[in-house]
Amino acid sequence: MNRFAELLDRLAYEPGRNAKLRLITDYLRGTPDPERGWALAALTGALGFKHAKAGMIRGLIAERTDPALFALSYDYVGDLSETVALMWPADPTQKSKSAPTLSDVVQTLSTLGKAQLPAQIARWLDGLDETGRWALLKLVTGALRIGVSARLAKTAVASLGNRESDEIEILWPGLTPPYLDLFAWLEGRANKPSTRDPAPFRPPMLAHAAEEPDLTALTAADYLAEWKWDGIRVQAVAGYDEHGELVARLYSRTGEEISRTFPDLLAALRLPCAIDGELLIMRETRVQSFNVLQQRLNRKSVTAKLMAEFPAHLRAYDLLAEGEEDLRDRPFSDRREQLQALITRLNDPRIDISPLVPFKTWNDLTAARADPSSAGAGADAEAVEGVMVKRRDAAYVPGRPKGSWWKWKRDPMVIDAVLMYAQRGHGKRSSYYSDYTFGVWSKGENGEELVPVGKAYFGFTDEELIQIDRFVRRNTVDRFGPVREVVHEPKSGLVLEVAFEALQRSTRHKSGIAMRFPRISRLRWDKPPAEADRLETLENMLTQREHATMPANGGGNV
Amino acid sequence: MRPEDILVPTPSGVCCKPGGFHIDPTRPVKKALITHGHSDHARAGNGAVLATQETLDIMRLRYGDNFAGTTQAVSYGETVKLDGATVSFHPAGHVLGSAQIRVECGGLRVVASGDYKDVADPTCASFELIPCDVFITEATFGLPVFRHHDAEGETAKLLRSIELFPERAHLVGAYSLGKAQRVMAMLRAAGHDRPIYIHGAMETITRYYESRAINLGQVELVRGANKAELGGHIIVCPPTAMSDLWSRRFPEPVTAFASGWMRVRARARQHGVTLPLVISDHADWDGLTSTISATGASEIWVTHGQEDALVYWCQTKGLKARPLDIVGYGDEDDAGAQAEAEA
Repeated sequence: MNRFAELLDRLAYEPGRNAKLRLITDYLRGTPDPERGWALAALTGALGFKHAKAGMIRGLIAERTDPALFALSYDYVGDLSETVALMWPADPTQKSKSAPTLSDVVQTLSTLGKAQLPAQIARWLDGLDETGRWALLKLVTGALRIGVSARLAKTAVASLGNRESDEIEILWPGLTPPYLDLFAWLEGRANKPSTRDPAPFRPPMLAHAAEEPDLTALTAADYLAEWKWDGIRVQAVAGYDEHGELVARLYSRTGEEISRTFPDLLAALRLPCAIDGELLIMRETRVQSFNVLQQRLNRKSVTAKLMAEFPAHLRAYDLLAEGEEDLRDRPFSDRREQLQALITRLNDPRIDISPLVPFKTWNDLTAARADPSSAGAGADAEAVEGVMVKRRDAAYVPGRPKGSWWKWKRDPMVIDAVLMYAQRGHGKRSSYYSDYTFGVWSKGENGEELVPVGKAYFGFTDEELIQIDRFVRRNTVDRFGPVREVVHEPKSGLVLEVAFEALQRSTRHKSGIAMRFPRISRLRWDKPPAEADRLETLENMLTQREHATMPANGGGNV
Repeated sequence: MRPEDILVPTPSGVCCKPGGFHIDPTRPVKKALITHGHSDHARAGNGAVLATQETLDIMRLRYGDNFAGTTQAVSYGETVKLDGATVSFHPAGHVLGSAQIRVECGGLRVVASGDYKDVADPTCASFELIPCDVFITEATFGLPVFRHHDAEGETAKLLRSIELFPERAHLVGAYSLGKAQRVMAMLRAAGHDRPIYIHGAMETITRYYESRAINLGQVELVRGANKAELGGHIIVCPPTAMSDLWSRRFPEPVTAFASGWMRVRARARQHGVTLPLVISDHADWDGLTSTISATGASEIWVTHGQEDALVYWCQTKGLKARPLDIVGYGDEDDAGAQAEAEA
């Protein structure tokens, strides 16, 4: 447990992906079975025990410490598990001797009755040090947030045997912790574990971002284009298990199973297949904006009312398998024909095919991208994020192969905003002021004032980062811990052109508006802050959008 | 005689009327007794200064030859009569030359501990317990969440990181006086024998430590080295330098910070640290409470830090306790950054 705790501790502070990979791989290599298997299960979210409640942890510490000292400490630290881990009155003489292994913890938790849980957790805490106690409490309360995705952990385990993470991904649904067969295979001690999962996740193929010149260099006739919908990329898979029952599952792009969130869609998968598509909310044949989808995602429990109000829909892009047949080596144009046939046979209003965007020349496509509604997207144009350009003869290759798929996004919305606060970034940027809070003008109690409307930490070039960093250092007017307030007066300050994909109303922001995917698109050294945009401009953009997505309004495009 | 007749807390520091002196004054006074060389305790411009030889040397290195009107070096354990008071200096275990100051007057014994720690440090004399009636304690880490554990485990963590990331430079933020040298000495004790590089700001103090027979192995100035080639090496620098322009030319730096504050995750994250090292030159909660009990003092005055919790704890143990509101310790410069760094 101590070694695992140390790993979690380092992962929690380490921002770099490659460094995280190295830490995990090093741990997996140096830790024996079954301990490392349980660790892998913890990192991939595959542990199934019932989590301990915060109230129980509070009860344990209340029995052991002075309530006034606990209150002062909790107030200072701000995190219950951490406060308890640090305050726990451990007996230093019995440490290390009685430190539990991760295997002990996981196996005991899966069998232990609720009544025995508090005493057991207390015994473990007695045997661990500060970091060990912190890790244990995070683990048993199910709050292991250390910035490691399941995908990253699988990539790390793959590298033990110099394998690709996709190979692990395919095996994964058939594996169970502590993964003895997986490690044995990776270390060359056994054959590859077989997978009998009827509805496995297949690692997705991804596109490169394109700019116009990238495309004009290509031969238009070799490519097909379709709309890029603004929803969630998903994989819908169904297959027969050993009893002949059809098992259907829905996966996110990263392979996380999200079936339970969308039971309404799952019911529509009545034939064995693996569809790559976009999950959308569809009301009366109209695709809703991402904001609407977000509202469904934000709810914890999926009720009949929620499903009726936010009906899930699958818009299919590609077919990876049908029945027992793997189609991924076939050309895209063939797969699409087979996909069309499958959807016709499924004959379900919840699943349709994403239509092709007809074009002969790149100019045609440029026009379609600029105005999707007159190029076939019609009233759904608002949910179009751009166009996807795919080689007709491209196989479905996991990852981001060069030259096969391109995504060409629509031009974003932009505003001119004023830099107000800056904070240092993380990792390689830790010495630069690279996180920026920006605002627009609004009439306040004391006349004209800037209200913060968002935060951005990318979009600029390395050269621009150095310029902004220098500006921040030279124009700081106040400091709040790590945050610097930068001069923002009508006549002095820095105007940033901020690009973003969409706006939505938000009660969490003082301005009442939140931006989706904001980034710095240009530095406007030439512009005095007084000429930056006003809050009303954003509000107008928002109202226009809202009208555009309301069915009663009859559509149209902003 | 009441304790307040011997020592009075004033806005300029603790004043001893019968002895005619202040301890660690925050503003210039006629006669000052200085516990140790950190800049929030040792300031320039006092008339006469009494301190250990090391503390006087350190003040001279930092402020120049004219840092005080006159100076008098006092050895550990030596008794000095100052008007109606008898004073003596005793090791505080905080940094090289650091002392607790014992003041006796009319049979009443008061110990002003300055900053102290009760754990081993290869670069300074070990803390000595001085029985007294009134104990003035610091409270930098006066909350029961501050448990520093053994510092050796932390240097081992740093050395493991170098093994795992041999191509990355390891920047270790540490306060220039005391912490930097202690970290280097601990690394040597753990068997690290590569050259250690230091930031120019800590050169003078480090060379001074070496001149006092504290062996730090091969210590090089980073200024003379090619930063891009320092992968796998340890570079010790002031904490503020870690996040500054200076750090940019090192290969993929791992940023470590040696401080008691690193015990709390939010603090470590606030500093953008990727490898927090819980190494403190102040006593932790267990150190503070056990020292207070062991002095036998019946009255405790608590200064700079988390006074509330420690005063409360004293009271639950039946000790008379009060916070001393002296401004100026641990909050000078850069919004407390320096004070934190000294921890």
